[in-house]
Amino acid sequence: MIRPHDSVIVHTLARVFTPIIQLFALYVLIHGHDSPGGGFQAGTLFAASVILPVIAFGIQGSLAVLERRAIILGAVGILLYAGIGLLPLILGGEFLNYGELPIPGMETSTRRHWGILGIETGVTLTVAATAVSIYYSLRERGEEEEK
Amino acid sequence: MTLFDDYLLLLLSVVTALGAVFVRDLLSGVLTLAAYSFFLALLWAGLGAVDVAFTEAVVGAGLSTLFFLVALFLTSHQEEVRKRLQVRMVTLGGLGVLGFLLLFGSVDLPVVGDPESLPSKHVSSHYLRKSLEETGTPNVVTAVLADYRGFDTLGETTVIFTAGIGCWMLLRRRDDSAT
Repeated sequence: MIRPHDSVIVHTLARVFTPIIQLFALYVLIHGHDSPGGGFQAGTLFAASVILPVIAFGIQGSLAVLERRAIILGAVGILLYAGIGLLPLILGGEFLNYGELPIPGMETSTRRHWGILGIETGVTLTVAATAVSIYYSLRERGEEEEK
Repeated sequence: MTLFDDYLLLLLSVVTALGAVFVRDLLSGVLTLAAYSFFLALLWAGLGAVDVAFTEAVVGAGLSTLFFLVALFLTSHQEEVRKRLQVRMVTLGGLGVLGFLLLFGSVDLPVVGDPESLPSKHVSSHYLRKSLEETGTPNVVTAVLADYRGFDTLGETTVIFTAGIGCWMLLRRRDDSAT
């Protein structure tokens, strides 16, 4: 079984690095338009920032609520992606053609820009939720074998 | 990046990959595999595929290493060698044939950055010239991934989610199945 570590160094590092990783994940997601990065990488970083405190402080110290619910967030991510894709389709355009998103007062390329950010957010949610869920499942199985 | 650096990174990744296979202690094997992924990520970055390098570093060296580590807690740290000699010979022969086929196939790959190669002549020049104008996105990789090939990425995301559901169904506690 994986027990929380009692070293001060591990605790302090986890406490310092968790918000930094989260900030970097947000940067990678939003800045994916201009620099390397995007939904997949940001999602993995978000997952790391959730898993790190669980490893350092144990399951009670962190988002224990997420334990069973993580996989639902993954479905929300795909729904966000497909929903943004469906919106132009309903309005008479093509599936996933962000240029026809109903955002008033914008040029087509700017609409596409926002459409891409929207679906990248969906990808981030799904990847992060899936990774966290797999981690929790593995860990849970470990605790079960222990009994 | 010079050619020397490329070869050095290639050599290091080959050495770490071999180390990950031959080391007896599985914990060391997992960490060696992480090092291999990191060298591979540096190699991708050197070839100009920065997005691929980022993914390799984050997923290959980071997340999959973590999953292997957690999985190791469910089993023993030591590798068990129980395979008979014939089985090992068949494995070695199969891998040899596979390696030969891969090397044979790689002869036909175009030179990196060759403007006359088939992939460069197809849609990629359109993406490189028009993607900023058409999508408002300077990073061509993001424009292709999320816009021009958005339907593929939707499929990929669904695949990841399906993998997550699969792990969850396989690994969850059995006494929860009633609730």
